[in-house]
Amino acid sequence: MNFEEKVNEEYKYGFETNIESEEFPKGLNEEIIRLLSERKNEPQWLLDFRLKAYQKWLKMEHPQWQYSKIPPIDFQNLYYYARPKTQKAKYDSLDDVDPELLETFEKLGIPLTEQKRLTGVAVDAVFDSVSIGTTHYEELEKHGVIFCSISEAIEKYPELVKKHLGSVVPASDNYYAALNSAVFSDGSFCYIPKGVTCPMDLSTYFRINAKETGQFERTLIVAEEDSFVRYLEGCTAPQRDENQLHAAIVEIVVMDNAEVKYSTVQNWYAGDKEGKGGIYNFVTKRGICKGVNSKLSWTQVEAGSSITWKYPSCILKGDNSQGSFYSVALTNNKMQADTGTKMIHIGKNTRSTIISKGISAQKSENVYRGLVKVMPSASGARNFSQCDSMLIGDECAANTFPYIDVKNNTATVEHEASTSKISADQLFYLQQRGLDMEKAISLIVNGFCKEVFKTLPLEFSVEAVKLIEMKLENSVG
Amino acid sequence: MIEIENLHANVENNEILKGINLKVNAGEVHAIMGPNGSGKSTLAKVIAGHPAYEKTQGSIKFQLSSKLEDIDELEPDERAKAGIFLGFQYPIEIPGVTNLTFLHESFNQICEAQGLDPIPEEDFRSFVKSKLELLEMNESFLDRPVNEGFSGGEKKKNEILQMAILNPRLSLLDETDSGLDIDALKTVAKGVNALKSKRNATILVTHYQRLLNYIEPDYVHVLYKGRIVKSGDKSLALELENKGYDWIINEL
Repeated sequence: MNFEEKVNEEYKYGFETNIESEEFPKGLNEEIIRLLSERKNEPQWLLDFRLKAYQKWLKMEHPQWQYSKIPPIDFQNLYYYARPKTQKAKYDSLDDVDPELLETFEKLGIPLTEQKRLTGVAVDAVFDSVSIGTTHYEELEKHGVIFCSISEAIEKYPELVKKHLGSVVPASDNYYAALNSAVFSDGSFCYIPKGVTCPMDLSTYFRINAKETGQFERTLIVAEEDSFVRYLEGCTAPQRDENQLHAAIVEIVVMDNAEVKYSTVQNWYAGDKEGKGGIYNFVTKRGICKGVNSKLSWTQVEAGSSITWKYPSCILKGDNSQGSFYSVALTNNKMQADTGTKMIHIGKNTRSTIISKGISAQKSENVYRGLVKVMPSASGARNFSQCDSMLIGDECAANTFPYIDVKNNTATVEHEASTSKISADQLFYLQQRGLDMEKAISLIVNGFCKEVFKTLPLEFSVEAVKLIEMKLENSVG
Repeated sequence: MIEIENLHANVENNEILKGINLKVNAGEVHAIMGPNGSGKSTLAKVIAGHPAYEKTQGSIKFQLSSKLEDIDELEPDERAKAGIFLGFQYPIEIPGVTNLTFLHESFNQICEAQGLDPIPEEDFRSFVKSKLELLEMNESFLDRPVNEGFSGGEKKKNEILQMAILNPRLSLLDETDSGLDIDALKTVAKGVNALKSKRNATILVTHYQRLLNYIEPDYVHVLYKGRIVKSGDKSLALELENKGYDWIINEL
């Protein structure tokens, strides 16, 4: 294997599925939105929701405050909807899906068919703009759990969707939230009824395949009183020279005594060594702990995308509710990551924990940006934040922007931060014990990220460790 | 086992080693003694291949298969895999990594290099337990992060534990006795003695004779200003203890 092959091998999900896709004409206007809504047989209220969002978006300016340098994006030169031609609107069984698509997901480690599907986890597989199917549907239905594509949910459970859609992330929230609200094409919907502990993990796997296409998906999770669910998300895309846009919204509503644990392993194509190509990952993720004693935790392992811009957040409205954010963000080559969280304390005795681990290698830039806001009503609120950065090499950068805004004097807010470099002595020590340079670095980095990895479900944690190891290969030199 | 000829080495362009000659055979224990700053630790690090130490002249030959070969081109991990072990004077902390994970990874790397199958973690744990007993260490030790929050004695015991697990052919023990109370010193010495065999060799780097009461050397060398200025048997160490280093320095 020559050097170039070795470098390309780094991203093993970079293949492209040769499948004919049907796209709407390039560009964004009311016509496209109407066409999208019509194609999906959407009710009028949703079309109105989209058009209103579009009007808001038109009046907004592209944000400038972020640290990342985002090249201008030509929103009229993108496809907003692409779906495999062979894909029917609805299948009776996943076994009927185009074998090419099934094979794609199998190659990604997500077998979908009845015989091969993963046990213990239900998967919604999203390919470009459409969900191609959801596993373990019936089993979940028995427990009253709804897990399906958001398109199906709009059709079958319009009241539930209408009630919650946009309730946590309003269309006017930010530029990309407005864009997503106007053009979102698919995504997942989860509903955990009162008193139900979801019998298995739920997960969505996002795959971008079509060229010059933006992926705008929307996930909505509602956990009713006394329920529990663990949700996992994974993402990959082919290796291409052009940048592609992924602008998603995730909304989570957590009622009294309920708990949602949301984990992401993000491995979108990150571009090559020179920073050419890769996904722009501009995502708004937010949950509201609406009920008393409710809990929401975000765990993310961000290892891909040429630019990441994302702040999974918690609105702690219910008294005694708890929010947490555990993050590992690894950047190499010329990747840029600007990520962190917002914890908004509204209820009494609300608690939040932030553990962020940023690792930068080569010429990448890694930013933690976070806000801890304690409202006047949040008596006895507590926050603990810890933001650690690790630098590998001399050409990368790490920055931390923690914002703290406390309006209640009974609150306790703690912030710890550190920046470290892997020392030559640490490397020598491990090498002296037989570990080569790459293994030594990966052991040190894994130790650095341990607090975050241990919050992931076991299989996911193994996956995350492997991903970080793979990313660190060739990052050393 | 190892043959060092006319070895010169620099740290940040200062010449520390100025022509070392040393030959160690399998089954032997050598003690390198000398005042502070004489180059003892540097010698150990140069043999192990520390990147901050630059060898400028001479040769280090180590028995790789059947014959002595130059190890200049070998990376530190390759030297470790070939059977060279350095017990650190100041063992390094690796936050977040448990001792068990570290030892297991290290053990499997060395096994793999020697053509042996790696062993799974559960089996490894029971293998390590037997070694822990030798050093009078508690099993909970395995679940603590590497050297983090360890006392000086625990760190040194941890080094000897690694030596016991990796079973090297050549052990370089750099000031293993420093910072140890008498009980810990005895335990460490007991460990080193138990590991001694006809097929391996040990080089003890030490400032004080104290350690040599418990680990008996076959040869003692005195290092001064980057050269070995005197060699002898274990009686030389006792003489040093009585007369101090000045005695030799004045003789030069």
